[in-house]
Amino acid sequence: MDYATLLQVLDSTVRLATPLLLACLAGLFSERAGIVDIGLEGKMLAAAFFSAAIAAVTGSVWLGLLAGIAASMVMSGIHGLASITFRGNQLISGVAINFLASGITVLIAQDWFSQGGRTPSLMGGGRFESITLPFAEALRGVPVIGPLYYELISGHSILVYVAFLMVPLTWWILFRTRFGLRLRAVGEAPEAVDTAGVSVVGLRFAAIAICGLLTGLAGAYLATGLQAGFVREMTAGRGYIALAALIFAKWRPWYALYACLLFGLLQAVALRYQNIDLGGFIIPVQFMDALPYILTVVILAGFVGKAIPPRAGGEPYVKER
Amino acid sequence: MDKMPAWADAVLVPLISILLAAILSALVILAIGESPVEAFKLMVDGALMRSSGWGYTLYYTTNFIFTGLCVAVAFHAKMFNIGGEGQAMIGGLGVALACLFIPFPHWSVALIVATLAAAAFGAAWAFIPALLQAKRGSHIVITTIMFNFIAAALLNYVLVNLLRPVGAMEPATAGFPAATHLPTFQDMFASEGNPLFRGSPANVTFFLAVAACIAFWFLIWRTKLGYEIRAFGHSESAARYAGISPVRITVVAMLISGGLAGMMALNTTMGEAERLVLNATEGAGFIGIAVALMGRSHPVGVFLAALLFGFLYQGGAELALWTSIPRELITVIQALVILFTGALDNMVRMPLEKLFLATRRRSS
Repeated sequence: MDYATLLQVLDSTVRLATPLLLACLAGLFSERAGIVDIGLEGKMLAAAFFSAAIAAVTGSVWLGLLAGIAASMVMSGIHGLASITFRGNQLISGVAINFLASGITVLIAQDWFSQGGRTPSLMGGGRFESITLPFAEALRGVPVIGPLYYELISGHSILVYVAFLMVPLTWWILFRTRFGLRLRAVGEAPEAVDTAGVSVVGLRFAAIAICGLLTGLAGAYLATGLQAGFVREMTAGRGYIALAALIFAKWRPWYALYACLLFGLLQAVALRYQNIDLGGFIIPVQFMDALPYILTVVILAGFVGKAIPPRAGGEPYVKER
Repeated sequence: MDKMPAWADAVLVPLISILLAAILSALVILAIGESPVEAFKLMVDGALMRSSGWGYTLYYTTNFIFTGLCVAVAFHAKMFNIGGEGQAMIGGLGVALACLFIPFPHWSVALIVATLAAAAFGAAWAFIPALLQAKRGSHIVITTIMFNFIAAALLNYVLVNLLRPVGAMEPATAGFPAATHLPTFQDMFASEGNPLFRGSPANVTFFLAVAACIAFWFLIWRTKLGYEIRAFGHSESAARYAGISPVRITVVAMLISGGLAGMMALNTTMGEAERLVLNATEGAGFIGIAVALMGRSHPVGVFLAALLFGFLYQGGAELALWTSIPRELITVIQALVILFTGALDNMVRMPLEKLFLATRRRSS
């Protein structure tokens, strides 16, 4: 494999890791606050559809982005209503949200566009254009570093840079602000937060609102950045891979970045090479597809460093017993 | 605090939840410019007013009974098995291997062996998540989700690389031998003058599903193992104090659950397609969640809920055929049912409890 090919694979790794990273950080905020969220997939899907649909209708990708975020915020609101207000089962609520998004997106797409559950292809202002960073063209001729800067670091859409900047920002919010401390506390010992006079319900709703915002970005990137338009089930399990990455990362922002890059790399390799031939022994493409899930099971099993979730995760908080 | 009477808990709460889901679904149909009344009429006409419609409805019902019981048995042990889909896929592999490689003299023998194979394969796929939950505390929901994806990849590999007939493009096995053909309702009930169930896929597996309901009831409420599963589900510490091994119950309950999911594949693979195709399960594993929640994990409830979803599935297909409403409407209804009967249960329950409390106070 030559240097150019390597750069191409890494470039597509970055692109494919972006939605995973945004969704993973979304799940991080939610689960750190004690709300388990297996509805990441559904929220991304809803955001992908509404961002593409509004972008197609108005021709403005920014309005599309807002619509996508709004859609996934609504989904987050339903999840919050079920799991915080009515103290329902968070897992079941997540499952319901996934199905709701899977059905309603196709239903509305069919009603609005009559194209078999997809949106028209986005063109021009309906998509996020790639940004060429300063000096990318000038430095292109410089050996090794030039192509690296031009191919890998420059030339992505704005949401990619947002996603990567979200990692230090998430770390800073969670571990360096008062809000972050409280948010983590509410996922470990909500009764302590309550005793201190801080609203558990308020904090948890704030956490899932952030979760909705980030999954909204993830979905919008899928439909308006990575691809040009919405097709049914376009998230294709990415929400679950993000969930796997979250466990892989042990609910930490920087590890989340590494996990998402790893899973992005696996996807990029699986996309580029169908079956990998290792000197007579062939790794089938299906194995590459399944690898993120297999790795997550191994991590969950605790054979390679145990993943310990936030203590109060999945438990509805009852003020007085 | 006083509780509601048992009948209200078992019947009234689910009914109100379904009503809420139905009202919202009607609003969705209105929003896309169709008439909910017309749509409902079409669904009833297509699913219940013709014997072939019933043939499809009962075919889907069979799937949902198996997957519903699969989720229900895990619920009794306070576990949430989202892996029914993957377990059913692998169960299908078991059915295909049995049907393709064993020369059966008669369909009845084939059915027995294929049932065992389906249950064994499905149970095997549930075994690792169960063991990891019991021994290492890995959350069963996450591991079973992961195993769904691993199952899909595995099945894809096996169909594309191993079981696909030479020269075929489609990732599917060869057709099963004629001796493994299960009698359909048409074979059983139609006669020269009375062509019942024409062309519909309902088959003898339906009776197996009904038998599974009865066996489920007997297992959970009439055997020692069932008692242990329920005790474990109510309180793990109490169960442990009574000498019930948590590891054993977790693993056994999940094996039963996986086995039931695997048996669903009999209906789709052996009963209908008569070969193993890539997407044989069609999401039935997930519908099991809605069915178990709505049926309150009781076999009678599961049967009725499965019948409702069978009707919705067949009716939804009719709608997609005659109107501009796509089949995804059923996915929305399914989501609403899961939401209201599962996650928003308290929203319905809390006001009802207050109501019952108020009427009781007044009468006393």
